[in-house]
Amino acid sequence: FPPGKASMRECEYSQISTRSSTPMETPYKKRTPKRKKWEAFPGRNKFYCDGRIMMAKQTGVFYLTLVLILVTCGLFFTFDCPFLAQELTPIIPVLGGALFLFVLGTLLRTSFSDPGVLPRATPDEAADLERQIDVANGTTGYRPPPRTKEVVINGQTVKLKYCFTCKIFRPPRASHCSLCDNCVERFDHHCPWVGNCVGRRNYRFFYMFILSLSFLTIFIFAFVITHIILKYFKPAGCKWAVVVCFFSVWSIVGLSGFHTYLISSNQTTNEDIKGSWSSKRGKDNYNPYSSGNIFTNCCMALCGPLPPSLIDRRGFIEADAPQMAPPTNGITMYGATHSQQSHMAAATPLLQQQSSEPVIITSSPENGTSLPARASLTLGGPCTSLPLGQPTPPTSTPSLTLHHYLTPEEVPSPPGMLHCGSPLGHSHTVQASFYNPASQDSLHEDSVRGLVKLSSV
Amino acid sequence: MATEFHNLQELRHSASLANKVFIQRDYSEGTTCRFQTKFPSELESRIELTLFEETVKTLNNFYAEAEKIGGQSYLEGCLACATAYLIFLCMETRYEKVLKKIAKYIQEQNEKIYAPRGLLITDPIERGMRVIEISIYEDRGSSGSSSGSSSVSGSTAR
Repeated sequence: FPPGKASMRECEYSQISTRSSTPMETPYKKRTPKRKKWEAFPGRNKFYCDGRIMMAKQTGVFYLTLVLILVTCGLFFTFDCPFLAQELTPIIPVLGGALFLFVLGTLLRTSFSDPGVLPRATPDEAADLERQIDVANGTTGYRPPPRTKEVVINGQTVKLKYCFTCKIFRPPRASHCSLCDNCVERFDHHCPWVGNCVGRRNYRFFYMFILSLSFLTIFIFAFVITHIILKYFKPAGCKWAVVVCFFSVWSIVGLSGFHTYLISSNQTTNEDIKGSWSSKRGKDNYNPYSSGNIFTNCCMALCGPLPPSLIDRRGFIEADAPQMAPPTNGITMYGATHSQQSHMAAATPLLQQQSSEPVIITSSPENGTSLPARASLTLGGPCTSLPLGQPTPPTSTPSLTLHHYLTPEEVPSPPGMLHCGSPLGHSHTVQASFYNPASQDSLHEDSVRGLVKLSSV
Repeated sequence: MATEFHNLQELRHSASLANKVFIQRDYSEGTTCRFQTKFPSELESRIELTLFEETVKTLNNFYAEAEKIGGQSYLEGCLACATAYLIFLCMETRYEKVLKKIAKYIQEQNEKIYAPRGLLITDPIERGMRVIEISIYEDRGSSGSSSGSSSVSGSTAR
């Protein structure tokens, strides 16, 4: 071949390879900024301010809450405070203002923070769990849908359920929120008024919000009534403030009382509604998480250490992307019934591998059918008969690695690069999903919700 | 040039990821962060039981320290509440401080104990505090080709 043509060919080849290996980067932009993990977050959350703010998908009611609070307080400060400051004392607007700011602060803190979302299992973890479950069940091929693990906590037997969406056994007190499509630690409830789930990391803010809001509504209610009585005059703004406060008082004070009870007994709303620790369930049924002392329980809930966010929203996704467009980890596996979905689910372990992590066909699938099928898919089609994932003992021959190898130099570096808040490293497989589960077929969503409802009973 | 590249590939091939072991959480004492100290069978030939147990127990102690509810945590909680949680903009929480200590400890353990044995511990925070992931690397060079090791030694001699 003439040398020109050969070099042309080489150029073309290298261009194509760049494109296929990094579909997120366009060929001419060599230094595209890396995507952050929140951009590829598998749950149904919305992110703002470059991942600093995290909310649920439906935020309409949250804006209503904001409007109600702002308008009512605005009317109070405009119409009532000047009069009351003159007639009674200027401390009233000051106190009202402080209370209002505290309410707003805690509301925004509750709404914008990560409630304690558990990141979904990496493909290796999920495969390892699958293997363990198959070993435990001893079945071949067909996987029975309900998966539970029993744990004894402080003398009480607690069932841990397996989450098909997140592919993990949920820790105790965690629950999967079907609206946000996330497992949340110490899941209390999903609150549309704050536009977010209430869980381990933002429960204290939620409680302070409703408590301070109770005080604020009682405050406004009382002083507006005072104003009316003192003046025998009903400005239009007053009426509205009275009406809102009247209804709010009962509902919000009631809610605060309920959560005060929950905190003092160390229960979540979820557990109380289900009656998990109620003595009606059994004579020996008790709450293993409660310390027995109301004061201690309150201190633990409100003044305990604030755990960090586990999802690292603003960390960078490792740039190298797999060859084929991967379905997300949101694909669930419903036993062995849905062959198509198990197909897609089977493809996830490999397809989400990054280049810095070699592909692992995890060792020893004892039962033949499911895992080898998975393994054959991961080769990208033709080599379906390749006997990967042989049931060999793990310490013997290494399983077949298909893509890149980690150099020994690279090996110790990831922990070295670790620092709190933005760990870079090979924790990117889960987050490197490119499709929002919401964009998947609605059948999948409905079935997930259905499954979640079943499992929450 | 070609031979060096060849050696690098040999190096790469000499340590390939063979397996991953996951140490699960131990919930027997509640929801506080603890990991099981049961020694996984896959590591039996790679590392001594005592070293492994010491690592896991130290990690458990770190997490217990982070989640401890006592005078200091109450103070931090009350102060945070009084400042409407704005203080977290300037100060990092106790938990975060302990997490940094943990990261350092894991790095140190990897360098001194685990990497020489062809193992690598992943910080649990990267796995959502669900598991301690230990990656097992197969040293192909030692088990298989002598050519690999000789070429490596050849390059270092240079």
